[in-house]
Amino acid sequence: MINPCLVWTAFFAPLAACVLITLFFLSNKNTSSLIAIAGILLSFICSCLVFGQIFHANPPYALQQSLPWIHFDNLTVNFGFLINPLAIVMLLIVTGVSSAIFIYSRAYMNEDPGSPRFFAELSLFAFSMIGIVLSNNFIQLFIFWELVGLSSYLLIGFWYAKPSAADAGVKAFLVNRLSDFGFFCGILLLWGVSDIGAGRSFQFTDLTAVIPHLNTGLLTTIALLLFCGVIGKSAQIPLHVWLIDAMEGPTPVSALIHAATMVAAGIYLLSRVFFIFAPAPTALIIIAYVGAITSLMAAILAVAENDIKRILAYSTLSQLGLMVMALGLGGPTQGMYHLTTHAFFKALLFLGSGSVIYALHHEQNIWKMQGLWKKMPITGWTFFIGTLALSGIWPLSGFWSKDGILALAFEHNSTLYLIAAVASGLTAFYMGRLFWVVFWGKPAADHGGHAVHESPAVMTIPLIILAFLSAIGGFINIPHFISPEQAPEQLNLRVAAISSIVALAGLGFSYMIYGKRTAADPLVAMLGNFYTALKNKFYFDTVYTWYVDCVQQNFALFLARFEREFIVRLFLGGLTATARAGGRTLRYLQNGMVQFYALVFILGAVCLFLVMTKTL
Amino acid sequence: MTPNLSLILLLPLVGLLLVALAPAENTRLIRRLSTAAVLLAFILSIWVYAAYDHVAGGFQFVQNLPWVPALGISYHLGVDGINSMLLLLLGAVSFAAVLISSSIKERVKEYYILLLITVIGTYGAFLSLDVFFFYFFHEVAAVPVFLMIAIWGSKQRDYAAMKLTLYLAAGAAIALVGLLGLYLFSGAHSFDLMALQNHLALHPLPIDVQNWIFPLIVIGFGITLTLWPFYTWAPVGYAEAPTAISMLHAGVLKKMGAYAIIRFALQLMPQAAHAWMPLIAVLAVVNIIYCGLVALTQRDMKYLLGYSSCSHMGYILLGLACFNTMGLNGVVFLMFAHGIMAALAFALTGYVETQAKTRNMDEWSGLLACMPFVGTCFIMAALASAGVPGFANFAAEILVLFGAWDQYRWLTVGAVFGLVITAIYLMKAIRLGFHGPLNNRLASLRDTRTMVDKLPYALLLALLILAGCLPAVILTHISTSTKTIIESMH
Repeated sequence: MINPCLVWTAFFAPLAACVLITLFFLSNKNTSSLIAIAGILLSFICSCLVFGQIFHANPPYALQQSLPWIHFDNLTVNFGFLINPLAIVMLLIVTGVSSAIFIYSRAYMNEDPGSPRFFAELSLFAFSMIGIVLSNNFIQLFIFWELVGLSSYLLIGFWYAKPSAADAGVKAFLVNRLSDFGFFCGILLLWGVSDIGAGRSFQFTDLTAVIPHLNTGLLTTIALLLFCGVIGKSAQIPLHVWLIDAMEGPTPVSALIHAATMVAAGIYLLSRVFFIFAPAPTALIIIAYVGAITSLMAAILAVAENDIKRILAYSTLSQLGLMVMALGLGGPTQGMYHLTTHAFFKALLFLGSGSVIYALHHEQNIWKMQGLWKKMPITGWTFFIGTLALSGIWPLSGFWSKDGILALAFEHNSTLYLIAAVASGLTAFYMGRLFWVVFWGKPAADHGGHAVHESPAVMTIPLIILAFLSAIGGFINIPHFISPEQAPEQLNLRVAAISSIVALAGLGFSYMIYGKRTAADPLVAMLGNFYTALKNKFYFDTVYTWYVDCVQQNFALFLARFEREFIVRLFLGGLTATARAGGRTLRYLQNGMVQFYALVFILGAVCLFLVMTKTL
Repeated sequence: MTPNLSLILLLPLVGLLLVALAPAENTRLIRRLSTAAVLLAFILSIWVYAAYDHVAGGFQFVQNLPWVPALGISYHLGVDGINSMLLLLLGAVSFAAVLISSSIKERVKEYYILLLITVIGTYGAFLSLDVFFFYFFHEVAAVPVFLMIAIWGSKQRDYAAMKLTLYLAAGAAIALVGLLGLYLFSGAHSFDLMALQNHLALHPLPIDVQNWIFPLIVIGFGITLTLWPFYTWAPVGYAEAPTAISMLHAGVLKKMGAYAIIRFALQLMPQAAHAWMPLIAVLAVVNIIYCGLVALTQRDMKYLLGYSSCSHMGYILLGLACFNTMGLNGVVFLMFAHGIMAALAFALTGYVETQAKTRNMDEWSGLLACMPFVGTCFIMAALASAGVPGFANFAAEILVLFGAWDQYRWLTVGAVFGLVITAIYLMKAIRLGFHGPLNNRLASLRDTRTMVDKLPYALLLALLILAGCLPAVILTHISTSTKTIIESMH
């Protein structure tokens, strides 16, 4: 049995924390962070209890509850939850990783005067994300989808006085809004054909019955429109541009939102409603290619990046691409498995980078760091584990989950397999580069005049927990929890061997180049002109800026001018001309009072009317 | 005990007389009297809203006194779900508008007298179930607007007042021709709305008569509702008007247009509605996109809000063209949501303008740092306007989109795209005005300090969030009435 009260508590605890902080504790740093932590921990504990309840039976339980949110004659929009194995795994990731990051933030944000606002916004984010996980219908999902976008906007722009941060927030919001345009059209289209006998429905459980009766063309359109939402939220090409800029936000935000949870929402959505995508093979293949290309492109771009957080952001893009590809190849389990392990090691890497940034007083350029392993041993070790897990080294979690995806590609589509394998090799290379440059070698005598220390325990303990999870993630049978009905997969030895060689080669190659400290990046000279293209992020931003500034703005200006020159002249001019003509003929009556003009106008109208009645 | 609708008119009227008798120097007394008058009317409106039996539906608390029986004119008041909700909207907005008027320092007495006349006229228009009285109150509300813009307006006030009045007077005149046509051709010999409804339900107007009366009413009142291309009076009018008038006009008076279209055009001439409204739906989407794009080019915050308001009216017009309960519920809900949101946004802009002496967003920067409360409220109002869930506008707009989907598929896609454009200009406005580094020149600006200062903004914001999180508060109240209208149209 699942206790619905526990689910509702898990759902609303972070919202309660957010409201409490906003109303009463906006000037109390200490209490506000404690409230936020209490809220998310309560949510996490409830999720653990529900997890126990769900897997208490075989087959596991699922539960759905709905309250009417909008309801009148033929329209019902519910507010409810649908909890099943997939949802509870995601819920545990979200609340678990959030808990670790909330605790970490208490130390990280301690010196910031706006920290109560930070915790309120972070709690709002946690609530929205839990909402996406639990929603049982498309409108509720869309609501939380937008709220996640909103809280992401608020948190990226947390330091709103800094123009780059404020701009990054706007960019994230607008790119997501653009993708949600397609997403919402998809929802409308699906709803339009979702007649379940008793009216239309947005409910996932009702839609499972409707989907088999739809024709493939329509389904492909619906699937691709829904996928638009995923492109925005999970930062797939060509709407990936916001995620890199989002690194302007505080590091815990990057870890939680832009690595572990929010960007994973797209993958989760695809898995949750995979029954809509499964019967649309054309849509699936497009999805798979979008994922693969994103993965490769981001891995290439990461190689030339020098900002520690941005390197990790590219790696997030690349891994998300792999997950999307897995979904496109018909493997929600593999995609979700990688999402889970990725949440562990990517949160770990971001928090590790946060620890470095904190120690170096907000320095983010990797070329200004060196030899940090000795000075920050816990950060160094945990970061090393994260690097290996991300690179896919046996026996860490990343190896197992990535292998699942590569094996899937290997069996179905050799082109995609090749792209993914190259991306994996590059991943090992750029992560190696990052690690050697930042942690390897002799410590610098002086890091900008500051003594470098290991971060406080409240920051390192989350690192250790996440490192532990990243290490053992492959041995706790996660795929079984994600889809209990599926038979466990065998390790594809050939694929595993190839990927291990590729990963080791990547790491080794990076050691050859970066193992010895150099003053500047040797890659600049090696890549030549290609490096310029990399520095310009393959010109996506350039094209978008050109579109916004030149095309859109000029079109808007043209419309504004059309209004001034034409619409206003035509109507206002027409009206005044009428009044003037009236004035000339009725010169005696022209006394300059507008009310009088109006009266004349009314009289004219009445006359007109009388004429018309005669003719009828 | 049931509420007496005439009291909603009488109490502010008494307040108005007392203000008129009060000595002009005693501005404190005048402000208190005005506040009390609108507050009492607001409380009565809440009472009416709460006491209205939405399950039974229909017109309730009806008062009917024959006035000119020979012409079929009667003093006939009553409320159904729709206008009782509009009373609530007007109550909240007018109360907030009077509270924020404390920044007016010149000709205080005249100011409050005119403001109260506008409020009373609007209440009268919403309460009247008689076409003649509706029109009369509608004009009562409109006249002081002209004077208030011309006297207390900002730089371009003469042009703005003239333009607004010319357009609205022209619209009213066109609508009047339509209404007179309705009166003459219906054969009911009555201006009474209920009598007209009952009569026309049994003996509909001939289709060719409907076909020319209908567009007169829709275009006439459509001008009030800033139907494209008759919207150009609104941005300049709202920008130059004193803040309270921008709030009342953009928030409430404009909605009289939609209200009149529902009551007089859609319900009384359903056949013509089916023929004409698809055309209006096209114009509605032009409204959304065109005005949204023009809003992108604005630097003046009030102009931006003005164009934004015109753009949002597109959703109302689109919903009116749906002929289903989803669309109409969306329209009525959106009148409320947009009314509150627009009033809030104009009020906050006025607050900043009073201190910063400029509305140009390029000269504002980083205001959130020096006015956290006002800044946060503004950002929330902008988010509401951009259709972020949790605020009433989202719930209302999706209803319109659901309603429009089956008949106007591509137009609905355009309307959904409008949400992207809205987000662009509002995000840009927040970014320019409230985010970014604090402009040194503005560092001395003060945030609201007392609870009374915060009250108008907090009240409007609370309503937006309440109706956004629990749309049933509004929707169950109105849905019986909207259903009656939709059923009478088929």
